[in-house]
Amino acid sequence: MSQPFRRPSGGRIDRSRPLAVTFNGKQLEGFAGDTVASMLIASGQHLAGRSFKYHRPRGILSHGSDEPSALLSVDWRADRGAGYRDPNNRASVVEARDGLVVNTQNHWPSLETDVGAVNDLLSPIFVAGFYYKTFMWPRKFWDRVYEPVIRKAAGLGEAPEVRDADRYSNRHAHCDVLIVGAGPAGLAAALAASADGEKRVILADEGFEPGGALLNDVTSEIDGKPAMAWVAETVATLDARENVVILPRTTAFGYYNHNHVCMVERVSDHRADAPEGLARERLWQVRAGEVVLAAGSHERPLVFENNDRPGIMLAESVRAFVNRWAVLPGNELVVVTSSASAYRTALDAKAAGMRVSIVDIRLDADCGTELSLARDGGITVRTGHTVIKALGGKRVTGLVVAPISANGSIGEKTTLACDCVAMSGGWTPSVHLFSQSRGKLRFDVELDAFVPGTSAQAERSAGACRGVYDLSAVIADGAKAGGGSSTPQATVSFAGFQPVRVLPTDADATKIKAFIDFQNDVTAKDIKLAVREGFESIEHVKRYTTTGMATDQGKTSNMNALGLVAGILDRPLPAVGTTTFRPPYTPVTFGALIGPARDELFDPVRRTPIDPWAEKNGAVFEPVALWRRAKYFPQAGEDMHAAVARETKAVRTTVGIFDASTLGKIEVIGPDAAEFMNRIYTNAWLKLKTGGCRYGLMLREDGFVYDDGVVARLAEDRFHVTTTTGGAPRVMRHMEDYLQTEWPDLDVFLTSITEQWAVIALQGPNARKVLEPFVSEIDLAEDAFPHMTVKTGYVCGVPCRLFRVSFTGELGFEVNVPADYGEAVWKTLYEKGQKHGITPYGTEAMHVLRAEMGFIVVGQETDGTVTADDLGLSGLVSKVKTDFVGKRSLTRPDMVAEGRRQLVGLLTKNPDEVLDEGAQVVDDPGQPIPMKMIGHVTSSYASSNCGRSIAMAMIDGGRTRIGETVFVTTPAGFTEAVISNAVFYDVKGETVDA
Amino acid sequence: MLLIDCPYCGKRPEVEFHCGGEAHIARPEMPTAVEDADWGSFLYYRTNPKGLHAERWLHGHGCGRWFNALRDTVSDAFVATYEMGKPRPDRDEATASSPSNA
Ligand SMILES: [Zn+2]
Repeated sequence: MSQPFRRPSGGRIDRSRPLAVTFNGKQLEGFAGDTVASMLIASGQHLAGRSFKYHRPRGILSHGSDEPSALLSVDWRADRGAGYRDPNNRASVVEARDGLVVNTQNHWPSLETDVGAVNDLLSPIFVAGFYYKTFMWPRKFWDRVYEPVIRKAAGLGEAPEVRDADRYSNRHAHCDVLIVGAGPAGLAAALAASADGEKRVILADEGFEPGGALLNDVTSEIDGKPAMAWVAETVATLDARENVVILPRTTAFGYYNHNHVCMVERVSDHRADAPEGLARERLWQVRAGEVVLAAGSHERPLVFENNDRPGIMLAESVRAFVNRWAVLPGNELVVVTSSASAYRTALDAKAAGMRVSIVDIRLDADCGTELSLARDGGITVRTGHTVIKALGGKRVTGLVVAPISANGSIGEKTTLACDCVAMSGGWTPSVHLFSQSRGKLRFDVELDAFVPGTSAQAERSAGACRGVYDLSAVIADGAKAGGGSSTPQATVSFAGFQPVRVLPTDADATKIKAFIDFQNDVTAKDIKLAVREGFESIEHVKRYTTTGMATDQGKTSNMNALGLVAGILDRPLPAVGTTTFRPPYTPVTFGALIGPARDELFDPVRRTPIDPWAEKNGAVFEPVALWRRAKYFPQAGEDMHAAVARETKAVRTTVGIFDASTLGKIEVIGPDAAEFMNRIYTNAWLKLKTGGCRYGLMLREDGFVYDDGVVARLAEDRFHVTTTTGGAPRVMRHMEDYLQTEWPDLDVFLTSITEQWAVIALQGPNARKVLEPFVSEIDLAEDAFPHMTVKTGYVCGVPCRLFRVSFTGELGFEVNVPADYGEAVWKTLYEKGQKHGITPYGTEAMHVLRAEMGFIVVGQETDGTVTADDLGLSGLVSKVKTDFVGKRSLTRPDMVAEGRRQLVGLLTKNPDEVLDEGAQVVDDPGQPIPMKMIGHVTSSYASSNCGRSIAMAMIDGGRTRIGETVFVTTPAGFTEAVISNAVFYDVKGETVDA
Repeated sequence: MLLIDCPYCGKRPEVEFHCGGEAHIARPEMPTAVEDADWGSFLYYRTNPKGLHAERWLHGHGCGRWFNALRDTVSDAFVATYEMGKPRPDRDEATASSPSNA
C-alpha cells in the first residue's frame, strides 16, 4: 500500500522518518507522527472493522480517544512471541511505529466479506432490550443456543489467549497542582500555576504531542503568532521550569476522593527500540493539592439514516487529518452541520484541494460570519437542509439531502455524490472527570450541555470542558484556573451551534438505522422503542438499550440520546437526567492496574524458617492465613490418608516433630502486665507464677469466643502470649484497642514477636529422650519441669524458651528459638531423633491429634456466635473477677438460654464413614422440607488411633443428648450418627504427664 | 482513596488505616452494674448521621496508634483528627462541606 491520499507537504509528521505497520497482513506506510488511523486514511482505507451487533462495515469516526468504531487488535511486539496482543485499540490513538501488527475485528471470514453481516438483515430481533426479551424462554435454550451463538456473533474483539507477557509499573506522586489536558487551557493553566516556582505542577495529556485542538489548527493566531508557535514556546517555557513535570501519553482516567487522581502513562508502546524489560505502561497515583481539569470537549455526530458508513466522520476529525496528519479523507467532501465550527473544516479541506460543499441544518439568519466566509470562498452552502440518508456500503458514495420548509415538511431531494462526509452536531464538554470527582453538573441551555456546577473537591475546570470555546477566552480561562491571568489576542473561533437530535426525514422511522451509539449499535429507533415501552429515566433507557454503555462511555452519543428522550417526552433535557460518569475515562489495561502485584508478588506467601527443610523433604503444603504450612509428609506410594495415619500413629507411639512457627506470638510487658491480662482474658492471671503456663480464652465484648492460646509468664512483668495462626493481627489490634482507648492508665507494652521465634513442637512418649541431649541449663525431669510450665535456657547452644505444653495429649515440648536458628535446631533434633523414631508431621495430623483429644480450633468449632459454655469451657471463665472483656454479656438472656448449640462428638454408625465438615444435622430425615436443622459438623477425620472416624459438631442442647441418634447430610443422602462426648482418645488425660 | 491526617504521623493514605466505628462510646466503669438494655445499646446501637461523624481510626500500618476523627459522611472530608481522650472538637457542619481537603 502506498500513500495516495497523503498531501505532498505539511502536517505534523516527520517525512524523514518513514515507517511501516502490518495491517491485516499487508504493509501500511506512514511517517513518524502518524497514528494507525492517519496511515489508513493515507492509504485510502476507510473500512476499519465490523460493528458490535449488526456487523455493519465501519470506518474511522474520530481522530481522538472518543473513537467508537475503528477498534483494532494490536500485537505490540509480534517479534517477541505470544502475550503482547490486546484487542479494541482505537486506531486514532495507536501511535504508529515500525513493527506493529494490527488487525481488524468482528468479522469472518474477512473484513470485506463477513458472514455475520446477516445480523444487519435480522435486525428486527436485535431491538432495544433484546437481551431481556429473547433470553426469557425456554430455559435450556440459554446454554445451547443463545449463549454460544450470540456470543460468537456479537461482541468486540477477542480476548488475549495467553497471559500478558509485558511489565507494568506503578508510581505515586504528590503535587500542588495537577493539570489534566495540555490544550490551550491546560497550557495556560500550567504557565500560571508554575510561574512563581513555588508550586509543584504536573501537566498530563493523553496525546503524544501537547497542543490539544491547536494541533489541528493552521489558521488561528495567538498574539500575532501561529497558534502552534505559541504552543511550542509555552512548552519550552514549562520544560525549563524545575517545578513542572510534563507527562505526554498519560490519560487521567479516574478522579477519586481527596484529590486522588489515577493516570496511566503509555511508556513504551510507541518505541520500536524499547529495550526488553522496559515497562509497557505506568500507573500514576497522584495526590494533588488542586486539580485543574482542561479536558476539552467532544463533537456530536448527526443522526440520519446510515450515518455510520465508512467515510462519514466528525468534522473536527476531518480537519485534524487534513491539517495535522496531511492526509485527505477523500476527494469529494460534504460537510453536514448545525455548528459553526465545521465551516473551518470546510475551508481547510478546500484549501487542501478537496472539493467541498456544505449542508447546514440552520437557516441563514441563524449562522454567523462563517457563512459568508464560506460562500465568499466559493463553497456551495445549502442552509435549511436536512440529510435523508447516506448512500453506499463499505464506503459512503453520496448523501441524499433536502430542504426543510417552514412548516417542517421535506422538500425536493438532491443526491450529492461524495466519498467523505464531515458532520457536526455541536459540542459536548468533557465533564467525565469532574463528574467522577462527585461535582454537581449544571445544564446550560445556551450551550445545550451539562457543565461543571458545584465542585466537591479542590478542583477547577477550564476551557472547553466547561463550555468556553473561543480561543482567547479559553486561554484566559486556563490562566485563571492556574491562579494567574492572561489577556491574549487570538483569532476569533467559529463557535455556536443549533442543537439537533435526529435529522428530520420523511422516511419510515421504524425501518431505518440512524445510529446514536456507534459502539453498541444503538439506533434512534431503539431509543424511541424504549421510551414507548415506558422507560423514561435516562438511567433506565441506557440499561435497556445499552446506549452509552460501551467502552467509549458514550462520549459521542450521550447528548444525542438524552436530547432524543427529552424530545419524545417533551420535557426539558435536565428533567430526563444525565448519566453518571464512572472511571475509567478510557479503557485501562488490567496490567496497568495490577502493576508488579502479580505472580510471586500477587499475594505474597509467608514462609516459616523451617519451610525450606519441609520443601526438601517432600511436604505437601496448604495455605493457612497468609502462611504456607506443611500439611503432611508423604512417603513413596502414600496418599494423604496413609501419610496422616502414619504420622498420627508415630506421635502416639514414638515421637513427632512439628513446625508450629506460625503461631501468633505477642509479648505483654510492663508493671501492669498481669492486670492487663486479667482484663483481656476470661481466666485469672494475677496468681499465675513466673514459669507457669495457662491456656487463655479471649472473648469479644459481646461475650463470644474471639481467640485462644497458651500463655507463659516469663517474669513478674512479662507474658509470652500465643494466638491462633490466623488470629495474630486481630488479637494484637484488639489488645491495643483496649490498652490505648479504655485503659490508658495501664503501664503495658505490646510487641508482636511472631516472626522472631521459630517454634518446634516435639510430641510423643519419646519427646524428652530426643530433646535431653541438646538442652543446657534446663532440667527436663517430670517433677522439675511439669506439664504447663516454661523454662529459659539453651537448646543446641541456642537461647531458647522451652514450653512444656501439648496440643496432642502426649508428652510435649515446644522449643522456641530465635527464627534464624530454627532450621538448624530442627535439623539437629530430627537427625539425632531418628533412633527414637522421630517423624515429621503436618497440619492435617496436628488437626486429627487435637480432635482425638477434643481440643477446639477457634474459627473451626467457633464462628463468632459461640460462647465458652457452648464449647464446654465454662471452667475457664472466672467467676471471681469483677470484670473482663465480654463478662457482662455472658449474663444476657440469650447467652444463658436453654437449648443453645453445644459442642459434642459424633460417631457414625459405620466407623469407616467420614462426615463432611459443615454437614447439617437433623433429628428426623423423613420430615418435610424445609427440615429443621439442629446443628452442623465442625471437624471430622479418619482417626487411626481410635480405629474409626471421629467428628465434632455443634448441636442444639447437645450435652443433654449424649447417646441419641441423629442424621447427617452427605452427598448420597442422610447417614446415621450417635452423639457422644467430644473426647475420643485418652479420655482420662493420662498420657500428657509421662 | 481517602487521605487521613494521623495526629502522630501526618497525612497518609487510607490503606494504612483501619476504621473502628463510632467514637466517644465509653465502656461503662463497672459493666456488671449495667442493665441488659443499656448494655445492649452499648454493644450494638450506633448513630448513622448524615454529616459530621466522630470515628475511631487505627493507624495500623504506621505508628500503631488509635485516634479519633471527625469525618463528613456526605463529602468524606476529614474535618479534624485528634488524640484519644480529647473531647470532640467543636466544628459546625458548614466547615465540613468545604471542598478543600488537600
Ligand atoms: Zn500514625
